Amino acid sequence: MKQSITLGKVTKFMGLGFLSTLKDLFTGKLEKEDFINFLRKVVVPLASVLLFIGLWHMGSQSLYNIEAEFKIEKALNDQGPAAAEAMRECIASGDVSCKPNTLPSPAQVWDSYKSLLRDHNIISADKAAFIEKTAALNEKRIAEGKDAITYTGRPSFVDQIFRSLKTVFAGFLLALVIAVPLGIFIGLSPTLKSSFNWFIQIFKPVSPVVWYLLVFMIVKTLLIDSNEDSSFTISFISVGLCSMWATLVNTAMGVSSVDKDYINVAKVLKLGPFQKIFKVVLPSSLPLIFTGLKITLSVAWMVLIAIELLAQSPGLGLFVWEEFQNGANDSNAKIIVAMFVIGIIGFLLDRLMLTIQNWVSFDKTDAI
Amino acid sequence: MAYLELNNIYKTYGQDEHATEVLSNINLSIYEGEFVAIVGFTGSGKTTLVNLINGLLEPTSGEVLFKGEPVQGTSHERGVIFQNYSLLPWLTVGQNVFMAVKEAFPKKSKNELNAIVAEYVEMVSLTPAINKRPKELSGGMRQRVAVARALAMKPEMIIMDEPLGALDALTRGNLQDEILNIWGKEKRTALLITNDVDEGIYMADRIIPLRPGPNATLGPEFKIDIERPRDKTEMNDNANFKKTRNAIIEYLMDIGNERKLEASEEFILPDLSPKDFVNQFK
Repeated sequence: MKQSITLGKVTKFMGLGFLSTLKDLFTGKLEKEDFINFLRKVVVPLASVLLFIGLWHMGSQSLYNIEAEFKIEKALNDQGPAAAEAMRECIASGDVSCKPNTLPSPAQVWDSYKSLLRDHNIISADKAAFIEKTAALNEKRIAEGKDAITYTGRPSFVDQIFRSLKTVFAGFLLALVIAVPLGIFIGLSPTLKSSFNWFIQIFKPVSPVVWYLLVFMIVKTLLIDSNEDSSFTISFISVGLCSMWATLVNTAMGVSSVDKDYINVAKVLKLGPFQKIFKVVLPSSLPLIFTGLKITLSVAWMVLIAIELLAQSPGLGLFVWEEFQNGANDSNAKIIVAMFVIGIIGFLLDRLMLTIQNWVSFDKTDAI
Repeated sequence: MAYLELNNIYKTYGQDEHATEVLSNINLSIYEGEFVAIVGFTGSGKTTLVNLINGLLEPTSGEVLFKGEPVQGTSHERGVIFQNYSLLPWLTVGQNVFMAVKEAFPKKSKNELNAIVAEYVEMVSLTPAINKRPKELSGGMRQRVAVARALAMKPEMIIMDEPLGALDALTRGNLQDEILNIWGKEKRTALLITNDVDEGIYMADRIIPLRPGPNATLGPEFKIDIERPRDKTEMNDNANFKKTRNAIIEYLMDIGNERKLEASEEFILPDLSPKDFVNQFK
């Protein structure tokens, strides 16, 4: 009994309240009046997922037919009826050489997902074997003061996910370190506010692509001596600069709009400037700061894909771009897999931020 | 010499033609150990007056003297109990009081400070709730925290801005007794701002009505010659109480009527009468 309460609380805290309803269903604790609630929270979403997959399947099927018919028509017009018949048979047999390349069906995407996982297993095994093989040699090389030999094979899909996460967190930290203190200063001082206002208004709407180019110009020159690959540095700085605006604006607004009562308390108690900021101003603006950070993290994740693609920095963005350029028969399906992975990770990041927000903030706001 | 003195205070908000004069020609002297109540209608400028005394606002002209020195900014010597509690919602009861005590006695050790916090939280009988946040408390409990916070700083004068205005009658009565108790024990000077004449008579030595703003100014003072400790039930039969109460209420009513007369604009109602439906259906 006690455990179920804590589970319910934890899931609700993280904005995953539907999980506890699901659990109640399996433990048979669902009351009759909860039934409608259950329908709304579990059955309806599941039904909509199934509907979505069904529509997707039908859509991809009809796109497939359009392209198949076009191919046959083209063969008929260009090379005559015999070629058209051969093309029809070729398409029906599912041969790779003449298969229409269009929106993949859900089943194809699922297959690609499994093949990506298999691929990951193969690569990890290969990597492990490589490390084992070079362990003795590396020890010797390090003892001699040389660099160790590292695995330079192709990264797997799962590796790409982790690299993307690394980039997004580096960018997010950069945004946090710049935007929160700057936001506090801007919020506290009307002079700073008016001096930064034009800056914020002009740079806020700039597209990620342009940020990337700007950062590229600067970092390229700064790291001109270095032989190392600067793509990671460039992409995380661009991600940070792109996404920090929401936090900056929200922090400044939160700090400048602290309840007058609290400011009066600070004055009557004669709190020093530091005490006033840390004990009154910051706690009271935490909810707004976190709303800003939440937006920043989701924007960071969104622009990351585009920036990785441009910067040729390893990660999901590069994966998508390479698959698109690759044009293999399962490339489209792999791109859709990446799309879902990006979406799901974005959702999880959002929940992560919500959990932290609920944990640190006095104002327990409901999940949005 | 008066402990707190207000000389020819004027306070206006805004500038030039947009200026509204909220307070005009306020003169007030409060002596050490006295309990003075200022009674007025809502919107008559009571909060502005309080903020002038505690140093959150500066008068447009005139001077506020505290112990003979002009008031400049807030001071720990004048503790304030705000109308809307103004507790910091992210701190617990104990932390709210501790923050005030720490500022008031920066030299004391943490243990000494904690002892003071415990003492004052106990005084308002909130020890069981010391680790709760304001959100978990009732209105009366929150106001008691605010009382504890103001008193724990050991101010020489307590300024109360309608401290019990938002509470129900029962809680109000209890808190009035608690505040009087504490005031009696430590004999500090107290200024109470209220809109409740009975509360003023029950608690104060002197009552001064505030004529409503704009241009609010203080009316004639009424001395309350009822011996302490006062008993609410007995007081109702006390001839002195009745006389004072009637005098104050009459004075305030007169002001109210004056205000009504000032609003001399006439509204002409349209000449309408209901339609005669009955005849239509015949």
